[in-house]
Amino acid sequence: MAQQTAAASATKVRLKILRGVGSDAASERYDTFEVPREEGMVVLNAIHYIQTNIDPSLSARWNCKAAKCGSCSAEINGRPKLMCKTRVDSLEGEITVEPMKAFPRIRDLVTDVEENWRVAAMIPPFTPRADASKDWRFFQRDVERSREFRRCIECFLCQDVCHVVREHKADYIGPRWVVKAASLDMHPMDGLNRADFMKDKGGLGYCNITKCCQEVCPEHIVITDDAIIPEKERVVDRRYDPLLLLYRRMRRANPLLWLYQRMPRSQKQVEADTKSALKVVFWGLLLAPFVIVPLYYLFLSLLG
Amino acid sequence: MWQPGERGPETETLDRTYSAKPCDVLIVGAGGAGLRAAIEAYDKGAAALVVCKSLLGKAHTVMAEGGIAAALGDVDPQDSWEVHFSDTIVEGQRLSNWRMAEIFAKEAIERVYELERYGALFDRTKEGKISQRPFGAHTYRRLCHIGDRTGLELIRTLQDQVIKRGIPFMDEVALTRIFRHPGHGRASGALGIDIRTGKLVLFRAKAIVLATGGCGRVYQVTSNSYESTGDGIAMAYRAGAELMDMEMIQFHPTGMIYPPGVRGILVTEAVRGEGGILTNAQGERFMTKYDPKRMELSARDVVARSIYSEIVAGRGTKNGGVYLDVSHRGEEYIKNKLPSMYDQFMEFAGIDITREKMEVAPTVHYQMGGVRVDPETCESSVQGLFAAGEVACGLHGGNRLGGNSLSDIMVFGRRAGAAAAAAATTAPQPKVDEKEVEAEIDRVLSPFAPGSGENPLQLKEQIARNMWEHVGIVREEESLQAGLEEVGRMSEAAREMRARPGRTYNQSWLDALQVWDMLLGCEAIIRSALERKESRGAHTRSDYPAKDPKWLVNIVTVMKDGAMAHFLTPVPRPPPELEALIKE
Repeated sequence: MAQQTAAASATKVRLKILRGVGSDAASERYDTFEVPREEGMVVLNAIHYIQTNIDPSLSARWNCKAAKCGSCSAEINGRPKLMCKTRVDSLEGEITVEPMKAFPRIRDLVTDVEENWRVAAMIPPFTPRADASKDWRFFQRDVERSREFRRCIECFLCQDVCHVVREHKADYIGPRWVVKAASLDMHPMDGLNRADFMKDKGGLGYCNITKCCQEVCPEHIVITDDAIIPEKERVVDRRYDPLLLLYRRMRRANPLLWLYQRMPRSQKQVEADTKSALKVVFWGLLLAPFVIVPLYYLFLSLLG
Repeated sequence: MWQPGERGPETETLDRTYSAKPCDVLIVGAGGAGLRAAIEAYDKGAAALVVCKSLLGKAHTVMAEGGIAAALGDVDPQDSWEVHFSDTIVEGQRLSNWRMAEIFAKEAIERVYELERYGALFDRTKEGKISQRPFGAHTYRRLCHIGDRTGLELIRTLQDQVIKRGIPFMDEVALTRIFRHPGHGRASGALGIDIRTGKLVLFRAKAIVLATGGCGRVYQVTSNSYESTGDGIAMAYRAGAELMDMEMIQFHPTGMIYPPGVRGILVTEAVRGEGGILTNAQGERFMTKYDPKRMELSARDVVARSIYSEIVAGRGTKNGGVYLDVSHRGEEYIKNKLPSMYDQFMEFAGIDITREKMEVAPTVHYQMGGVRVDPETCESSVQGLFAAGEVACGLHGGNRLGGNSLSDIMVFGRRAGAAAAAAATTAPQPKVDEKEVEAEIDRVLSPFAPGSGENPLQLKEQIARNMWEHVGIVREEESLQAGLEEVGRMSEAAREMRARPGRTYNQSWLDALQVWDMLLGCEAIIRSALERKESRGAHTRSDYPAKDPKWLVNIVTVMKDGAMAHFLTPVPRPPPELEALIKE
């Protein structure tokens, strides 16, 4: 018997697929299909076989079938994956295929990812630096910083797996869109600072760095370490750095700083300059007693 | 844009109602050409609306790897638009429209800098300029690139620009027909299906831009996406527009062949650019026989034919391919220069290309022919109907150069958008004939007729097999005729197709509609291929193996009395000052 099953699984693949229409729970059911096993086949091949030969009513979104467009996202054996990139021989036994759970279902494996465009429109777009010359010159190492994030194929598997997105959809933009913001922030010619946006509208503080998103990324973008954490650091720099807080207080009081602020320079540069200038002042104030006190005693001793 | 929650309960299967969407410029397709057209039309003040069949940002443009060709001269300062112009015309086997090639070579440069201003991050040279890589049959290093993901970056950049401007778009909407004004015949509307709800939408537009891509899916082995079914060509043809050069189908020399599940996926030309060697099953480096001068880096049509000849002569591998080996370049070099190829073979085939040979065979890649357009405005022979990108025709002639398609969509996408916006300002109010709309709704709903019938996907498979067997790389009269007969038989069978009931995301219904479009594309390809009795560029006839100067003509396909007709038109000759630039 066991031998028979083994022989069958060598020639056949069993798939259990979650079917259903819209949010109608009554329409929900699992269907099981058996398709012939082919060498090197991926889950999407099996889906195509079902649609062509067994049940044409099965709906599944796909397009390039080469892991480049990010259309065929689904949950395979409970893990968010691209159907076109998941080889059947990498899975054992019956394969369960379900739609992404974080998005409303349209039909069968197809979900509604429309809400992403609303979020995309919120992110402050690429804005060239005010001081950019006519002829843009920058180097490969400047490009590399942003390059990783530009591999994103918008499959939204990271949004699907993110427990924060599931619970705080209205408040947190989600990993894909933090990656987007990071790709713009790290563009060598970009002149915006998106930290305020990320803090106030992006809800970046909601992310508690469980790193689930970077585990499921089919493009192997290290989402949490390379995008989310640096973005969090930017927010901290801008909003919670005591030096910058002090600077902002002083700016309100000091007409000279106010004038400096009005000089035609980009925001990023002003902040970098002020930060280093304030560092000098800070250390100066801190070290001043160690210079002034001995000088005072020297003066006293001279008097004496 | 659809608002969440706007979709109600499932639409009745035979629901004939439609909603109306007015706009100035309707852009069909959201690949590079469509998005660039939308940006231009919007910036010129027109109310643009983008409609696309897949999700936004998934269009076939994402598959482009190598780069965008433009004569910036950043790496090779000797390069200029004149040389790019000459390369394009010569490699297009003289079938290209000279004016299109001129506009293209001149404006491509500006479009690349514009992309950079939009936020695309090109690879850099040591001096901090845009880096350019060599590619087959380009005289100089000319391909501006973003690693090996140029298309993805390009589409993301344009997508961001569209979102930034707030240009309205409707993704997952498939158009089925373009309507003309009952009086003066201008294109003035279209019927579409909102795939997610299955509801019908009637678009009224003062101008329409087709940017729907090609029809690569009519072949069994193809690098093309699911959506490349030639809908745009079929819609334009049915609206009365002229098609041209339909026999010219580019076969990319190297596609994956094994395992069967991934057959057709592209193996980039950059593998050969980085020193990849082609050998047959006997270990012979066969390109020495076919093009000893350029070897593996010969033009795409030459390499594809050579591989095909080896396989037909029985010197192929047991899976029906040849070997492509780059392992001699060493592990580090390969992982550095060809990272996505390394991943692709590792993940899909379990082959380590730093040690093992790849197995490759030609795969259908691009359609040089398409809607015949005016070089300046991209307007088709139907007033108010514009076309840009792969769906349009005239630039690539008999063979497209690698990297020219990305600059094509940028240059002519922009031009089509501008011309459509201009046309919209002077165009009268659009009007469509209600009777035509009702007739189209009949056609669209016909796969829901009672009774059981053929599964559209089965027919799609038959179409693909027929084209692969009868209208492949090397063609001859008899097999083309057989292919045409088969198309006729399948057209009969297509009447009996049935879709499953229900309208929500009903792929079998869309497949059925696509089958008709695909059959139309097949017929145009085969009839044009029968017409051209010579071998030129991508079109090879074993019964007419030589290139014949008397065939320096374009074959135009047009509907006449409801049937497909052809006429020949000589390729326009460039003026003497441009002719002087062309160096064969």
